[in-house]
Amino acid sequence: MTNTLLKLEQINTYIDQFHILQNVNFEVKSGEVTVLLGRNGAGKTTTLRSIMGLNSALSGQIVYKDEDITKLPAYKIAKKGIGYVPEDQGIFYDLTVGENMRVGMRQEDEATKDRMEWVLELFPDLKKFWKKPGGQLSGGQKQMLSIARSYVNDNDLLLIDEPSKGLAPVIVEKVIESIEKMKEKTTVVLVEQNFYMASRLGDSFFILDDGMTVHQGDMKELRENEELKRKYLGIA
Amino acid sequence: MDLFINLAINGIATGMLIFLIACGLTLIFGLMDVLNFAHGGIFAWGAFVGVWGYSVTQNFLISIVLAVIAGLLIGLITEYLIIRPVYGNHIQQILITLGFMLVLSEFIKVVFGPNILAAQKPPFLQDYWLVGDVTIIKYRAFTIVVGFIIFVAIMAVLKYTKIGLIVRAGVMDKEMIQALGVNIRLVFIGVFMVGSALAALGGALFAPSSGVAYAEMGMEFGIFAFIVVIIGGMGSVPGSLIAALLVGLSNVFMAYYVPSLAMAVTMILMFLVLIFRPEGLFKVSGVSNK
Repeated sequence: MTNTLLKLEQINTYIDQFHILQNVNFEVKSGEVTVLLGRNGAGKTTTLRSIMGLNSALSGQIVYKDEDITKLPAYKIAKKGIGYVPEDQGIFYDLTVGENMRVGMRQEDEATKDRMEWVLELFPDLKKFWKKPGGQLSGGQKQMLSIARSYVNDNDLLLIDEPSKGLAPVIVEKVIESIEKMKEKTTVVLVEQNFYMASRLGDSFFILDDGMTVHQGDMKELRENEELKRKYLGIA
Repeated sequence: MDLFINLAINGIATGMLIFLIACGLTLIFGLMDVLNFAHGGIFAWGAFVGVWGYSVTQNFLISIVLAVIAGLLIGLITEYLIIRPVYGNHIQQILITLGFMLVLSEFIKVVFGPNILAAQKPPFLQDYWLVGDVTIIKYRAFTIVVGFIIFVAIMAVLKYTKIGLIVRAGVMDKEMIQALGVNIRLVFIGVFMVGSALAALGGALFAPSSGVAYAEMGMEFGIFAFIVVIIGGMGSVPGSLIAALLVGLSNVFMAYYVPSLAMAVTMILMFLVLIFRPEGLFKVSGVSNK
């Protein structure tokens, strides 16, 4: 029996005058990878930003580990154990790889050092380019750094926004392998347009369309439902 | 040659004093995106508190410490009462901080009286050294050393400490640093207070150098500091140092050779930078795709 780690109930989020999320509902079970799917502009990124407190929801409730986090500021939400990998990776260009990792550490204790070692084994390139400024990394290396930084803390939930975006297939494969290893240790909400990646990693899915949750279920169901894929994801 | 060296030392000393005001301003702008025209007022308060402190205690170090404490407190009050309500709105920031600059200047007159105060150098810094034919005024050498120590200290904090990394990262992307669990508001307050303390330190060191402290000095040096921040690159401490030295040196040399162009040369420097390198001499990068 898996427990609900995160629950969104009737979430409405505005950006300026635009009503982006309209009564969005979904649940994330502990230990699973939940994939948020939908076309461009469906509201996937805004959903993650609302969870993270970067675009706070105007109404509705976001419950994480039985606690209402809807109106909390982003830094408090992060401290509750939620890691965020934004669509643009959020790498600090003038900081080296090592500094990007260190600035992401909420604590610098033994447990953090152990996680750091683990994550560097997962992404050996980061060790190689430890003293290189983040701005000089390739797209794939930046993505790996962003994911690694989110994992270096004791996070129970990772929100990862389109990790395959703009990456070569061989790099996408590496990112998939890394998230596969991470999902053994943490729960993941993944926003992804690359259906291959989504279906490889996902246990369950939610489809957003025009800011509304229109479908949900097990990933196995989606893999076999050609109609659903065609209708909402544009996959023939 | 002796004249050249003397002018150069004078220019570097002036540049270091401008740097002390500008480095706080550049961090405040870079991290908080705040246009703080009240910064010069804190410089003037530092000068007056320093002069007053020295006249009361006859201890130069204590007078400097008092000025720095005054800077920290005024910084805290300014951030809390003046800046906080206008985050994200540059027009309101300009109007309210310019207004507060005037309040700070006028309040100096209320507290210390309307007259110009004479500022003394401490006895151990009143003399000069004669190196060959070059006269090195001790106080100028002292301001250069203090300015350099402050620069090295700031760079060391920014480079090697966690809080320094957070400030550098915050200058690049405030949102991401919050998503990593950092309370950016607390960092804002800290940076604002330190920046204000540096301006006050600059004022406390400037007054004995010029021999006077006057309420309007804040506006004068505040504008210099803004020009330096624009030339150096907003958010860049090394940029502020280089720009402050450029402004200091060019001012001193022009004041000697073509006095009528002394002020204009600073403006010309700024125009040239804005035309050929609008982001300043030292650009602070952002984050991915931003």
